[in-house]
Amino acid sequence: MDPGVEQDLTPDEITLADTPWVTVVWNDPVNLMSYVTYVFQKHFGYSKKKAEKLMMEVHEDGKSAVSSGSREEMERDVQAMHEYGLWATLSKAE
Amino acid sequence: MSSGFVRHRRSKRIHATFSDFEADLLRSLASQLVELLHNESAMPSAGTDPLEAMLDFSGPTTEPEDPVLKRLFPSAYRDDDEAAAEFRRFTEGSLRDGKARAAATIIDTLEEAGLPPEPGEEELTIDVELDEETAQVWLRSFTDLRLALGTRLGVEEGDEEKWYALPEEDPRAQAHHVYEWLGYLQETLILSLA
Repeated sequence: MDPGVEQDLTPDEITLADTPWVTVVWNDPVNLMSYVTYVFQKHFGYSKKKAEKLMMEVHEDGKSAVSSGSREEMERDVQAMHEYGLWATLSKAE
Repeated sequence: MSSGFVRHRRSKRIHATFSDFEADLLRSLASQLVELLHNESAMPSAGTDPLEAMLDFSGPTTEPEDPVLKRLFPSAYRDDDEAAAEFRRFTEGSLRDGKARAAATIIDTLEEAGLPPEPGEEELTIDVELDEETAQVWLRSFTDLRLALGTRLGVEEGDEEKWYALPEEDPRAQAHHVYEWLGYLQETLILSLA
């Protein structure tokens, strides 16, 4: 590794680059539980069991982090969720 | 009343039968959604440089005013207005187009299945047959229609009793019937796709 580059990176920047992002789906009173499960299976390719678990988190806890990755990937997931009519946001993983 | 969607075992296609009244109602809801999606101008926010704003055709940066549009195009970032505006600029236009096209697909399918421009005296049965791809489009658009109706009505979690307590002739009770009917249809569509 180029030692010059290493010296330029502050610990803050390293943390920032490494922090993954998450797509969060929020509960809403309209969408059917079966539909939310279906969307998680269809878009993320999750098993029915995993999709149902995430759907129940959304339903009971009010929200669930349904995917994680780079900021760009999460923006694509959020856009897809909006296409499906789910209420989704992205944020840095806690 | 329509019994909803079923997948035909041999052809793998998804069928539903509607009365002309039901099909006309679906068409009317879908047309209203198309109109709403094209209605409120999807313009970049004011307050930026006027020339820059005029030359910027890329997309809106602020939340729509209408509660239904606000729900259909929510902010992607909760605590970062700048990032939310950027996201909106690049996505809202195509999301609007996609949702309007999906609603138009419902209208086209119904009319191709024999729904006349104006339902007449004679009662008709509209048989709809969807391939997998079109069924997915219908499914997404049913969600948009339910979100629109649910937002207009102010539907909340577990508030069914409130709606059932309204007198039958109350327009809100009737609109809620339609909302539940769409939910029933969507449930059968999910089952036939799964």
